[in-house]
Amino acid sequence: MKPLTTEEIRAVIARGKLKDTLFKALGILCLAFGLLVIVALILDMAIKGADRFTLDFFLNFASRRATQAGILSAWVGSLLVMFVTALAAVPLGVAAGVYLEEYAPRNWMTQVIEINIANLAAVPSIVYGLLALGIFVYQFGFGQSILSAGLTLALLILPIIIVATREAIRAIPAMIREGSMAVGATRWQTCRYHIIPYAMPGILTGVIIGLARAIGETAPIITIGALTFIAFLPPAPLTALPDGGTAGLFDWVMAPFTVMPIQIFNWTSRPDPAFEINAAAAGFVLMAMVLAMNALAIWLRYRMRKNIKW
Amino acid sequence: MMKHRILSALALAGFAMVGAQPVLAQVVKVDGSSTVYPITEAVAEDFQKAKKNAVKVTVGISGTGGGFKKFCRGEIDVSDASRPILKAEMEACKQAGIQYYELPVAFDAITVVVNPKSFLKDISVEQLKAMWEPVAQGKVSKWNQINPAWPDAPIKLFGPGADSGTFDYFTEAVVGKAKSSRGDYTASEDDNVLVQGISRDVNAIGYFGYAYYAENTGKLKALPVIEKAGKAGVAPSEKTVLDGSYQPLSRPIFIYVNAKSYEKPEVKEFVEYYMKEGAKLSKEVKYVPLPAKAYTVNLEHIAKKKLGTVFGGNAEVGVTIEALQKREGSL
Repeated sequence: MKPLTTEEIRAVIARGKLKDTLFKALGILCLAFGLLVIVALILDMAIKGADRFTLDFFLNFASRRATQAGILSAWVGSLLVMFVTALAAVPLGVAAGVYLEEYAPRNWMTQVIEINIANLAAVPSIVYGLLALGIFVYQFGFGQSILSAGLTLALLILPIIIVATREAIRAIPAMIREGSMAVGATRWQTCRYHIIPYAMPGILTGVIIGLARAIGETAPIITIGALTFIAFLPPAPLTALPDGGTAGLFDWVMAPFTVMPIQIFNWTSRPDPAFEINAAAAGFVLMAMVLAMNALAIWLRYRMRKNIKW
Repeated sequence: MMKHRILSALALAGFAMVGAQPVLAQVVKVDGSSTVYPITEAVAEDFQKAKKNAVKVTVGISGTGGGFKKFCRGEIDVSDASRPILKAEMEACKQAGIQYYELPVAFDAITVVVNPKSFLKDISVEQLKAMWEPVAQGKVSKWNQINPAWPDAPIKLFGPGADSGTFDYFTEAVVGKAKSSRGDYTASEDDNVLVQGISRDVNAIGYFGYAYYAENTGKLKALPVIEKAGKAGVAPSEKTVLDGSYQPLSRPIFIYVNAKSYEKPEVKEFVEYYMKEGAKLSKEVKYVPLPAKAYTVNLEHIAKKKLGTVFGGNAEVGVTIEALQKREGSL
């Protein structure tokens, strides 16, 4: 082969660099498009809903008068449901992930389970709603309560948490595990003091992504019978009830409720166009809740990563 | 770490402690039709305020059918219904031993609307039928196919989806058989989608509840409906609905009250409040209230324990509220 002249080599490099630049531009374009869409969405809702961003909007219940209608029962409902969801899904999901990575023998049974978990993540959410209606609402007698809704969404995000846990554990270098075992630690001690702490940032990311998905879910919550109009809050623990008794520590989990997406949906389908302003404002608040959760995840991850030294 | 352990122990204890019994006393549970919802919501809102929150009311939207399912399982006290109870639902209630009062609470006028720029001045039931009946599917697609004097332009049809009580009533009144409609039209359960669609297309025509027209009079034109050949077209309004001339598209909407629930003081008070304030509040949310007397007759019926439905499980078109209330109920 004839050796290339300096010019030719320069031309080859220039072509390569051109492609490089083109790809970079394309990447930035895609990124900008995604960002633009989300910024436009948020801005649109913020501008449309601007009239409603008052304290009253957060402290009022739903009302037939758009200007007086607020989201108190909706945001409290959403937060409480998320709390139950996290309490149920995180221990189960993390334990399942740890078991599959650290304990499970590599055989066909484990593989079947793994494939099924991946499939579960793709099941439409309404199907979880139907399942939960049969099991939680009627079979277990939890009724149309925060508990039923929380457990339903927990089922929904369980696969996400399991997968995130496994990914996080796989990213830990094998030498950590081997080192721990080499000094005589049992499997449990290895998991307890090394694997889980090191995997925690990744697990948390999965948990928050799962919760952020759950908070926007409407279909399964409607299926199990969330309400649309509810002008009272679940009983706070240890407060006086109207009938003279005191609310138990966990009475609130059995209370009826509504959540943000249902409230938004209801407002968009009202005849009076003034409710569109409420819907936009509530949409913005829901967005803010999701972004706040993501920010929390990033902050936690950052803090935890700082403590990991390997 | 210790804190985590306490938290998770508490959580476990919490799950173990809660039983099947509901913790909230004095709740009136309402569920059902989205058409009746605005009225019930207004009543619930004011009732709770009047009672200084001593009684709580919850209102869900499961649709008329979904509401009756819960009602006949005894899960709710009051069912919102945009049509009378059907035979299958009566049967379900009977088997569960649930008896009920049927109380008309307002009128809804199903309104036929077009774009404000549309050439149409009015429309007859016959023409509506030609447009909407199942055999029109795929065949009737231009205005001049219905009336040669009309322009040679495509018809764009908009209407509610098949789960809607409005759809049931419209097909019954226009085509002659409930749920019998062509399928090739733009259907949406969200009436605002229909409002948007019709307000943007000169060739569009559609139908939905009067409230959606009343809130959007600037964007839409309501067509006077000619019931029979030779009659004049009647536009929907409070007056024409009340005097019975807006036919056949005005219909009563109902609440059904579980007779056993009614023995509870909070449900009784709620229903009484509904009958007392129903006229004012239904007007406020753009429905047509019943004649004042109808609400007192409702309460008299309850006092006389007149149980069941006066429809016998059939959908009916064009009956006056007075005639309805004179009939005997059946369970």
